[in-house]
Amino acid sequence: MADTLQPVTGQPVTGQPVRGGPAQPPILARRGPDLLRHVPALTLAIFLAPIAAGLIGTWLPAFGHFPALGHEGWSLEPWRKLFAEPGLTGALRLSLVSGFLSTLLSLVLVLAFVASCQGTAFFQQMRRLLAPLLSVPHVSLAIGLAFLIAPSGWFVRLLSPWATGWDRPPDIALVQDPSGLALTAGLVLKEAPFLFLMTLAALGQSQASERLAVARSLGYGPVTAWIKTVMPAIYPQIRLPIYAVLAYALSVVDMALILAPATPPPLAVLVFRLFNDPDLTMRLTAAAGASLQLGIVVAGIGLWRAFELILVRACRPWLSAGGRGGNGRVARTLGGGAMLLLSALSAASLLALALWSLAKRWRYPDALPNGWTLDNWMRQADGLLWSGTTTVVAGLAAALIALALVLGCLENEKRHGLKPSSRGLWLLYTPLLVPQVGFLFGVQVLAVEVGLDGTWTALIWSHLLFVLPYVFLSLAEPYRALDERYARAALCLGASPNRVFWRVKLPMLLRPALTALAVGFAVSVAQYLPTLFAGGGRFVTLTTEAVSLAAGADRRVIGVTALLQAAMPFCAFALALLLPAWIFRRRDALRTGT
Amino acid sequence: MRRFVSLVIAVLLSGAPLANGTVRADDAGDWKDITEAARGQTVFWNAWGGDERINAYIAWVGERVSEDYGVTLRHVKLADTADAVSRVLAEKAAGRDSGGSIDLIWINGENFATMKSNSLLFGPFTERLPNYRLVDFAGKPTTQIDFTVPVDGLEAPWGMAKFNFIYDSARLAETPASTAALLDWTKTNPGRFTYPAPPDFLGSTFLKQVLIDLAPDPQALQAPVADDGQFTEVTEPLWAYLDELAPHLWRGGKLFPANGPAQRQLLDDGELDITLSFYPSDASSFIANDLLPDSARMFVFEDGTIGNTHFVAIPYNANAKEGAMVVADFLMSAEAQARKQNPEVWGDATVLDVTALEPAERKLFDELPLGAASLPPEALGPTLLEPHPSWMTRIEAEWRTRFSQ
Repeated sequence: MADTLQPVTGQPVTGQPVRGGPAQPPILARRGPDLLRHVPALTLAIFLAPIAAGLIGTWLPAFGHFPALGHEGWSLEPWRKLFAEPGLTGALRLSLVSGFLSTLLSLVLVLAFVASCQGTAFFQQMRRLLAPLLSVPHVSLAIGLAFLIAPSGWFVRLLSPWATGWDRPPDIALVQDPSGLALTAGLVLKEAPFLFLMTLAALGQSQASERLAVARSLGYGPVTAWIKTVMPAIYPQIRLPIYAVLAYALSVVDMALILAPATPPPLAVLVFRLFNDPDLTMRLTAAAGASLQLGIVVAGIGLWRAFELILVRACRPWLSAGGRGGNGRVARTLGGGAMLLLSALSAASLLALALWSLAKRWRYPDALPNGWTLDNWMRQADGLLWSGTTTVVAGLAAALIALALVLGCLENEKRHGLKPSSRGLWLLYTPLLVPQVGFLFGVQVLAVEVGLDGTWTALIWSHLLFVLPYVFLSLAEPYRALDERYARAALCLGASPNRVFWRVKLPMLLRPALTALAVGFAVSVAQYLPTLFAGGGRFVTLTTEAVSLAAGADRRVIGVTALLQAAMPFCAFALALLLPAWIFRRRDALRTGT
Repeated sequence: MRRFVSLVIAVLLSGAPLANGTVRADDAGDWKDITEAARGQTVFWNAWGGDERINAYIAWVGERVSEDYGVTLRHVKLADTADAVSRVLAEKAAGRDSGGSIDLIWINGENFATMKSNSLLFGPFTERLPNYRLVDFAGKPTTQIDFTVPVDGLEAPWGMAKFNFIYDSARLAETPASTAALLDWTKTNPGRFTYPAPPDFLGSTFLKQVLIDLAPDPQALQAPVADDGQFTEVTEPLWAYLDELAPHLWRGGKLFPANGPAQRQLLDDGELDITLSFYPSDASSFIANDLLPDSARMFVFEDGTIGNTHFVAIPYNANAKEGAMVVADFLMSAEAQARKQNPEVWGDATVLDVTALEPAERKLFDELPLGAASLPPEALGPTLLEPHPSWMTRIEAEWRTRFSQ
């Protein structure tokens, strides 16, 4: 789920950041019962309890204990059946290859790009280009990518038959290829922008330009200087995001349903299918598979960590040997070129969706549709209205609840002078590190037991698990960076802490708060498995619709659905930008948001 | 007005069973109660959602039942009907015996057999639906025997399917006329044919078609699988055939399309020369919907192809049983059936006895276009009966171990 996150830039909303100053005494003007104090505990309970319960509810059946189906006691039978499952080895190989390869590629690309281009105008342009791309749900991106690179896709069409001589599409597996390269490409497309923006946020907190300046003045080449002095400072800060990316890539279901092969599919998809088997005893096997998936992710992260340690040890002599390195032109060309290619691919994917959604007829090898129509949109209007409304309602509800909780936590932190800990950050990342397929079944069983499954409550709650961390990550930095002196001034004038919060802080933080809301909304829009598991099949969102259509429906209809899905987060971000500008149209300082 | 008409029809029809000797004086009253209870209900119809034409038709049904009966219809689009079966099973296991999440399922074959044998179905209910009496039981025996399993009023017939092939006549001059000829054709045209990966119903039907054509004794398929030995013996020619076919398939038999529409897309793109279909009017319908070129045509095997009926059923714990019955009844109305048979809409053949309809209703069918690409009914060849569902379940599992490694 490492996606759709906006930059957590260290930009304070207004005023100067209180960086490195003396510790601020807590503000302790207390009136009435301090409900705020309970918000962090409530927040943790809301999003950690279901995960813990879900994990246990998955592990018990994995070891043969599932009273609802009359299985009592312990047995290893589910595991035996899991290992006898046809295609399990292939599924594992597929998951591991696409998971590790995509994470490694994304990271190397991003580091090469940042190391070689930081500080250039091109860097600033890419930054502006990549941020909106991050809001595109991975499902629409995957569908668009498939439209581009399939043997009968747009690329081959543009070159055929005049250049390739193919008057029929070539019989080559370019999507759903057995080695999982299409899935890897799709993941890189989605994860590289995420890692890039996380790296940007880390750069803002690492005095990167100062470090670079010193190293450059000592004669180090630009890329070498960056790798030797900046990277050691930022890597610990992007470690959790990297792990989240790895966990996501190892256990992705929705993108895999579109881009990965089906015979056999990657492990997560195999497990997902087992959960849907009409033979109910297969759920025990599926639960074992889900536990295996969790094990794979844990082992994957462990392996990555071990690799980090080895690399650090191996590179230590090189770090301090004093080699100045070259001018970094190769890295600049490769890193810059790759990032440009990524952005171009994403943009072309969206364009392909738009073209298909308006096409009347578009046969191979025509480079463009031979007729245009709005019929595809008109005919879908009714269904889209329903699934679109569900998407918006769930997204808004989850994002608003998350925003309220996050504001409560952050305000509580401020008032009681708490320091954010790294343990807190790990807790926050839990939903992003635990594979969805590994605990959602347990959540579903739980929801059925308490009669919540298939209700709006279950749907919104399940989205909230993934929305909350992103809203927190997005809002924490601006909130903590807000100049404390504004609040103090207001307090000195006799305002209560609550009044200060509502009348001073919140208006000043409107922009980042709305951005966090948009982030939360975008995350909710993209949810596939939670919608299926908690929604009881009753809730159809644009995402579930797009995935089920992608299996083979009319490309024009897929284009309409996927494009609309991509448009929703985009609109949310546009609103988050425009609303403050309109609300503060008479207040210059707030409007520009510094 | 429409409500009045349907009420009149219901009253008129209520006399019919009396002629059979069964006393059902309260039928009209029963139906009136049902429609009254149905008003305001929301029916969650779980139906395979992979075909846009069918989805559009279901959306139209939603508008019509909303107008006539005040029933709100929600189409829950499934990738595989087995998902819905597994959901009802899970609800039963969790003890949710009412207020279930599914009200109506588009179903037949092995899924029906599973639900029936696990007592997961509501009913018998079809006798309570006025339009059920219009069904052509004599001419279409599969409306009462679904894959050898007696329907027993637990599912209402909705449409008739018959397996066939679609090709592009602009690219292909001659078409194979039998299972054996298809193998030869594929060998001389490598990479130009494939079938959707079972358990997609078209892929599974292709396997069953080959099984029936090659089995030493096809009659054995009408009974459940007796034991492993029998299964191995009867299906041995099928696996030999598929193994011989595989290397010459699209993508060397390593990848398979996800479903029928995906394979149709491959035909339209020119990646394949032949695709599979379950509706004899599909070729015409695809042309009318701009999904295949005008040169698309259909063919069948000379010795016949598999035919069956598809139905709608109501889970035992459905939340809106009355609403579901109203929808099931509307689906069997002449209006809905005629619209469904129109190749420009969907092209799914009617389950009704058209000759027994009122003249005005018969006219709806008489006026339907056949479509340029469709074969007339007499050229469709014999209809082969579906094997017992246990064969299909076993074959699908076996296919997976052989072709999904």
